[in-house]
Amino acid sequence: MRVVIGEDHALLRDGLTRLLEASGFTVVAAAADAPGLTAALAQPDVDVAVVDVRMPPTLTDEGLRVAIAARAARPGLPVLVLSQYVEQLYARELLGSGQGGVGYLLKDRVADVAEFVASVRQVAGGGTVLDPEVVAALVSTAGRGSRLDRLTPREAEVLALMAEGRSNSAIAGRLVVTEKAISKHIGNIFDKLDLPLSDDDHRRVLAVVAWLQGE
Amino acid sequence: MSSTATTTAGLAPPPRWGEPGAVRARLQLTAWSFAYVLLAVPALILTILVTVSLSVAVVGVGLFLLLIFVPLLSRFADVHRAASGRLLGREIPRPQRRRAGSPLKQLKAWVNEPARWRELAWGFMSLSIGWVMAWLALGWFLGVVWYLVFPFVFWVSPDGVFDNNYGFFVLDTQAEAFAEWIFLLVALPLWWYVTPALMHWRALLDEALLAPSRAELTRRVAGLTESRAETIDHSAAEIRRIERDLHDGAQARLVSLGMSLGLAEQKLKEDPDAAALLIQEAREAAGGALGDIRSVVRGIHPPVLADRGLGGAVQALALDLDVPTSVLVDLPGRPPSPVESAVYFAISEALANVVKHAGATRATVELSHDGERLRARVTDNGTGGADPRRGTGLAGLQRRLAAFDGKMVVDSPLGGPTTIELELPCALSSARTMRSSATD
Repeated sequence: MRVVIGEDHALLRDGLTRLLEASGFTVVAAAADAPGLTAALAQPDVDVAVVDVRMPPTLTDEGLRVAIAARAARPGLPVLVLSQYVEQLYARELLGSGQGGVGYLLKDRVADVAEFVASVRQVAGGGTVLDPEVVAALVSTAGRGSRLDRLTPREAEVLALMAEGRSNSAIAGRLVVTEKAISKHIGNIFDKLDLPLSDDDHRRVLAVVAWLQGE
Repeated sequence: MSSTATTTAGLAPPPRWGEPGAVRARLQLTAWSFAYVLLAVPALILTILVTVSLSVAVVGVGLFLLLIFVPLLSRFADVHRAASGRLLGREIPRPQRRRAGSPLKQLKAWVNEPARWRELAWGFMSLSIGWVMAWLALGWFLGVVWYLVFPFVFWVSPDGVFDNNYGFFVLDTQAEAFAEWIFLLVALPLWWYVTPALMHWRALLDEALLAPSRAELTRRVAGLTESRAETIDHSAAEIRRIERDLHDGAQARLVSLGMSLGLAEQKLKEDPDAAALLIQEAREAAGGALGDIRSVVRGIHPPVLADRGLGGAVQALALDLDVPTSVLVDLPGRPPSPVESAVYFAISEALANVVKHAGATRATVELSHDGERLRARVTDNGTGGADPRRGTGLAGLQRRLAAFDGKMVVDSPLGGPTTIELELPCALSSARTMRSSATD
């Protein structure tokens, strides 16, 4: 799998490169600033990008902007955005197009190598992985007079774990119920959020998007 | 006026005869005097309107009219502050203007503002003596022009129209008409010397009435001294808090991380399983330390504020609230960073109050800038009854804004709704438009 890295700290850039190459990825480019990252993401054979939010020249949110622009140019381009802090606002912007293939994680999560690599693969496969901290913020503010009020507490729990990018079996394990029960909950979530019929993966993304938008 | 004594210095006299630009400078002053003559018309209208509104204020409709005309007169005075400031070669500062919450409070505030009364006095001055001064300054020029062209006017007009009878001498031939040029000997020097002086005096008069008085300045300095002391206290307390947070949080966790790694190093050979467990603990400690640092950083300067500026940061803030909050941003640029930060924390505090105390189901934040002031309004539909005099949150907010010369007006009748309005004088940097809006 071919991956592009965008990270301005040399230490972290090398660390990410080593970590991903050790896990079977091919790092095709490791950009240190926004223009470099833009150029790297323009290559057509990139499978997934791992991008820091803050990058030169202004060290604000260039990385995020480049990622969103790249996804506008190539819809669904899988991007995993890393940051020292997470904001619902940015998650919303990343998923604004309604396309999956988005990850948004705290940099801390890289320390759990196995899980981080799984997240990268999941994003590359079109899934959505939101940091538990974003999800926790969403949980605490959810149900402000929207469609989401229709969800039962259990369904809301399932949706939260879906947003974190967990598979059905992982969710089942976490909530100590059968996988069959989880599929049933997920089916209910799709119905209650009035999501159009399409393949399951895309509906999962749409459910998370709907949740983020607070509709 | 006491201020005139201190202000006579500063103005460079216009260039003297023979110096470059001497004629130009006088022509310019003449043009200014013409402008001042014309400006007396709106001055007359506005002064009369304000005076009449004042005299019918008892009827109520006068109060309403005052709300319209008093600011208009101030605006008009601003034009003169700029013009006379230019003539004097120094800025005529505007007195502090207070803004109150309701129209009635606003009127009360104006009554207690000497600057507003002085503006009215200035209105009377500018349509009486000020106007005469401007006319005189212009008049000498008109005289010069008149005597200059007189022989030619005499020439082209029918016989007898411009004959002049000076008693001892009757001017009635073309040759005698040229003799009128003798008057130029009087008119020209008068224009040359008196016009600059008159315009200077007129500008000084404007300054005396329109610049803040000594009493106002003294009060302001006292206010600033107090708010500066409070700001220093506040920052010192903040720094102590940050030090404590880092000491108890991130530093402690990093120490435990080091210990776990050290132990793991020892056990690596003889007991790899225990070592793996210790390394896992170390990783958790690292995550915890990062979390602590994150929360400390958020308290110092939220990263999203650095990334997105005030508008974006407030939108991000609104997303994390339990009460649905709409954010309307209309800022044509970014305020200076300290102002951004102060206003962000003020709004954050105000919104925290909305969530904690107001029992509201909706809130709105509006941000705007009118060219001079940044204005933030936080509104909620809760139960009201917020009072800056009780509770420390709102009072602390007020003190923090005072450091930036900012003000806070709380309007929170029992039963709601509550509106908190913050206002800070500041310029916006960069023309990058930041107009956006978002709903919860």
